Amino acid sequence: MRARSAFAALGLSAGAAAAAALWLRRGGSPREHVDLYFADGSMVSFVPGSPGGDRLLPIARRVLAAARG
Amino acid sequence: MDAAQALADLTEISAQIEAAVLARADGSVVASTFRQEGRGEDLARAAVELVAAAGEARGNSGAPELVQIQAATPRGSFFIVRDGGHVVAAVTGSKPTVGLVFYDLKTCLRMLEREAEKAEKSAKADKAEKPAATKENIGKATTSRKRTATKKKDADDRDESS
Repeated sequence: MRARSAFAALGLSAGAAAAAALWLRRGGSPREHVDLYFADGSMVSFVPGSPGGDRLLPIARRVLAAARG
Repeated sequence: MDAAQALADLTEISAQIEAAVLARADGSVVASTFRQEGRGEDLARAAVELVAAAGEARGNSGAPELVQIQAATPRGSFFIVRDGGHVVAAVTGSKPTVGLVFYDLKTCLRMLEREAEKAEKSAKADKAEKPAATKENIGKATTSRKRTATKKKDADDRDESS
């Protein structure tokens, strides 16, 4: 009985640690994207892998690398 | 307020903005927060390049005008806001408050626009004052000529009567 509850507690804490690590990882580094906002209020978002994203993101990366020195 | 002052205010108001540059639509720098001139020029050129590439990526020629861009990367974000004649670009950290940064950049552009309008109005007022002065002179000259002509006529009448 004791062994069972010890395993359950261990599994629970391992699950919580994994969830926390995932949450921190996702929140730690934001996903790359380029958002375009138009005069009529519409917005288009490009992510890496899309034709627009692959074209626009390298420019942004270059700019940020240059600005940060 | 000049462009450099507007950018200085912008970086003072918004703690998230690390560097900013104000440029004309062709990419020529108006003001920059960078100490090295070349870095401001690079950022302005990249902003214009990104705007052009974004226009092409959107593809549709009948699409509404592109007014704002945010490019987010793990190293930070690159913001661009543009109006008819100017582009303001800024670099922030990796987790900016997007709406706030856009608001501050738009405010900066609006302030500059207002200043330009004021300058234009005062220039127009100056121009309007100068031609008015010339008109007054012309008016006086005409009147004095008329008076002279009337005096001459009166003198001729008197001579004829005598």
